[in-house]
Amino acid sequence: MSIVTARRISQVFFAVAFLWFCVVSTLGNLPWQLRGWPVNWLLELDPLVGIATLLSTRTLYAGLLWGLVTVALTLVLGRVFCGWICPFGAMHQFLGYLGRRRKKLAVQLEANRFRPAQAIKYYILAFFLTAAILLPGDWLSSGSLLTGLLDPLPLVHRSVNLIALPLADRAGLGLSPLPRWYEGAWLIGAVFLAAVFLNLRVPRFYCRFVCPLGALLGVLSRFALWRIGRTEEGCTDCRLCERNCEGACAPAGRIRISECVMCLNCLEDCRHDAVTYRTRPSDAGEHLLPDLSRRGFIVSAVSGVMAAPVMRLGGATGPNWNPGLIRPPGALPEEAFLARCVKCGQCMRVCPTNVIHPAGFEAGLEGLWTPKLSFRAGTSGCQHTCIACGNLCPTAAIRPIRPDERLGRNSFSGRGPIRIGTAFVDRGRCLPWAMDRPCIVCQENCPVSPKAIFTREVFNTVRTSAPLNVKSADRGRLWLTSDTLEPGRISTGDYYALLPGGLRLRITANTAAALDLERPLPGPEACTPGSPVSVQVRLQQPYVDPKQCIGCGVCEHECPVLGLRAIRVTAENESRNPHHRMVL
Amino acid sequence: MPADEALSRREFLERAAKAGAGLAAAAAIAYATHDPAGPAPAAAEPPAAALPDFSIPGQGKKMCIAHGSERTRTVQLALQALGGIETFVRKGDRVLLKVNAAFASPPMLSATTHPDIVAELTRLCLKAGAASVAVTDNPINDPASCFALTGIGQAGRSAGAEVILPEERYFKPMTVKGAQLIRNWPVLMAPLAGVTKLIGIAPVKDHHRSGASMVMKNWYGLLGGRRNIFHQDIQTIIAELAGMVKPTLVVLDGTATMMTNGPTGGSLADLKETRTLIVGTDQVAVDAFGATLLGKTAADLPFIAKAEALGAGTADFRLLSPVEVSA
Repeated sequence: MSIVTARRISQVFFAVAFLWFCVVSTLGNLPWQLRGWPVNWLLELDPLVGIATLLSTRTLYAGLLWGLVTVALTLVLGRVFCGWICPFGAMHQFLGYLGRRRKKLAVQLEANRFRPAQAIKYYILAFFLTAAILLPGDWLSSGSLLTGLLDPLPLVHRSVNLIALPLADRAGLGLSPLPRWYEGAWLIGAVFLAAVFLNLRVPRFYCRFVCPLGALLGVLSRFALWRIGRTEEGCTDCRLCERNCEGACAPAGRIRISECVMCLNCLEDCRHDAVTYRTRPSDAGEHLLPDLSRRGFIVSAVSGVMAAPVMRLGGATGPNWNPGLIRPPGALPEEAFLARCVKCGQCMRVCPTNVIHPAGFEAGLEGLWTPKLSFRAGTSGCQHTCIACGNLCPTAAIRPIRPDERLGRNSFSGRGPIRIGTAFVDRGRCLPWAMDRPCIVCQENCPVSPKAIFTREVFNTVRTSAPLNVKSADRGRLWLTSDTLEPGRISTGDYYALLPGGLRLRITANTAAALDLERPLPGPEACTPGSPVSVQVRLQQPYVDPKQCIGCGVCEHECPVLGLRAIRVTAENESRNPHHRMVL
Repeated sequence: MPADEALSRREFLERAAKAGAGLAAAAAIAYATHDPAGPAPAAAEPPAAALPDFSIPGQGKKMCIAHGSERTRTVQLALQALGGIETFVRKGDRVLLKVNAAFASPPMLSATTHPDIVAELTRLCLKAGAASVAVTDNPINDPASCFALTGIGQAGRSAGAEVILPEERYFKPMTVKGAQLIRNWPVLMAPLAGVTKLIGIAPVKDHHRSGASMVMKNWYGLLGGRRNIFHQDIQTIIAELAGMVKPTLVVLDGTATMMTNGPTGGSLADLKETRTLIVGTDQVAVDAFGATLLGKTAADLPFIAKAEALGAGTADFRLLSPVEVSA
């Protein structure tokens, strides 16, 4: 078996593993569902996730230690992660191959020549890493983790989780019983498709020009013990070694070690055995490092250092926080959250109720594609016993909590439950408050005990087209002088007749001119002919007890005022940020 | 062709023929697709339909009140008192159990149908020769979580039942004859296809809006769409549901009654041990008895009188001379 075949097998293996991990990130205990599959493994192998969060938090969370394996591989063998492991790289390689196959040699050589613009990715990396650094001092606040925007592993997870799988589901894959929605999916889809289709222009476009992980591994690969090179003897300068060169690293000339993705196509394509993979440098010489201009590097690094402080001048992590941004239960305080979230979409994928969505700019530019809750789009609110998202989060931007902590039980009873916000009744839209209609669906569905939503009973006199007066009364039936009522309209059990003297009896049936009451009138004196009667509706008007409300949003999800809901959760009183506390 | 060269006759004819063909094709497409009236208004209501009648002719109205704290046992005793499961389920029957799986909450909180009843009824039906037993509901919370956390999914499957989680395509719009509310409304029809016996199983729960949630309210789970809108007239919708569904049997579980904070509950403090399980063929009578477990009377629950008026059953359960047994 040739080494190139081995590489292809490896790429297929990791691509299939990646897709499988995305599929099984489904809550449940069937074999194909989440039950111990290492679904974060590829994200953890991505050392950019580890290094960037190390810079922004000064810690390396749990499984991110796997990044060391990739670092070690790169230090010894070069960028094998790019050429052998990265599922996004495999997609690019396949598309790039489709784009250039059956083309003339000259066209293929042109496609795979080294371009100076390949330095761009290093500037991107420098910007991201300096933005992530947690600097001392209050005004700078903590670092902002932007790597996830372009880091290939989070990008490809996000794209498959939030675009490919929901579309496949609609086409009949059947991962979730109800179709999934993701707000702002178009932008994620557009970035993904652009990255994929640019391969038809230049193979591995993303890897060569954009990928910050490729840049990081490129810098590390300068120390690689074994590298690609060529010998002087045997080489005819035919340049066939560059025909299928994935990294555009110019193996025929002075090879650019930092660009080589270890595809090893050159080894196979050389007909004179002049290309080698060995410890000795290439006979034609090497560029160990990318050609970066000092000026360009300084511009990127200074922009990066300035990025977090400048973005935060808006006050979104301070007093100007966005109350419409509800983070999942267990999410860290906003600054710490932004220092960790890589926008991979794992929480959005696993959420059983599809309530976690990628943010647009609700959390500012740096919060793009971070998780936020949308109670309208999901299949329910945030189920208050569920802890799936935090247990999947690869960087603990959402902490891995246990049910006891979420519910404030047992050892957590002193702290109370985790609140993600508070529900507010919009009395201008709520049916019992504004429209004289009984409802209280919110109260019914409030899942905590005692319920955070309680009601107060009122009796409101309903509109009638004419005043109602008693004509005669016969035991439980009341005849009216007018015949203006809509038959049956006030027979629902929610309407009452208010009689002179304050006696109020439930109406069990009505015609245009008569009311049937729940029980006979006590006597004729209660209802003398001509005396006024009013029809009242019994309303239970909802109130929220902020002490009980955890912000789960089940009420908002269930509210029958479907457009702008009549009860809505905002991040007030969320426990992750003590500064957002609302009540004593 | 150089710009100054005149068009030859042949070329002119060729071009004219191509242009003509293009024009003809465009005209043909336009003619075939021309829609002078524009889109029609929204589709009219489907014609009034009815669900099959799953009650057993000649069995009449019966009910049994079984006392005990072991649900498996009280279900068995109550059915024995009514003549055994064989009276209701025959060889080859396809049975559907309509449970209350509304919330993703554990069985001990009694917000949902207890898995023991699901398991025991499945077992009894299969023992009586039923060809299949299925379990379904359209819950309020996420369906997969609900069937998992309530234990109903596991209990049904291990006893040999198929558990059907609702999907959009399982619903069909339906108009119930004479109904005010269930008109052109999606109803969970697919699980009912081919079914010959229908058993409703619900717990006794406090319900702030309607007064109580029992077997009649449990049919709410057959509705799809944004069914919450019916809370504006909850008494009527419960009665209409009872009129729509004619079950073989209903089982009302008052082993523990949710006295407060219903219908979600969420705490053991919301429950009261009432050690009663009712099985009957008359859902109105069963609910009327169930009201007493909540400390209410049938008169406190307008949906009971409304359901009786629609012919769904008898509000005065004493008229059925219920059998009482104790475990």
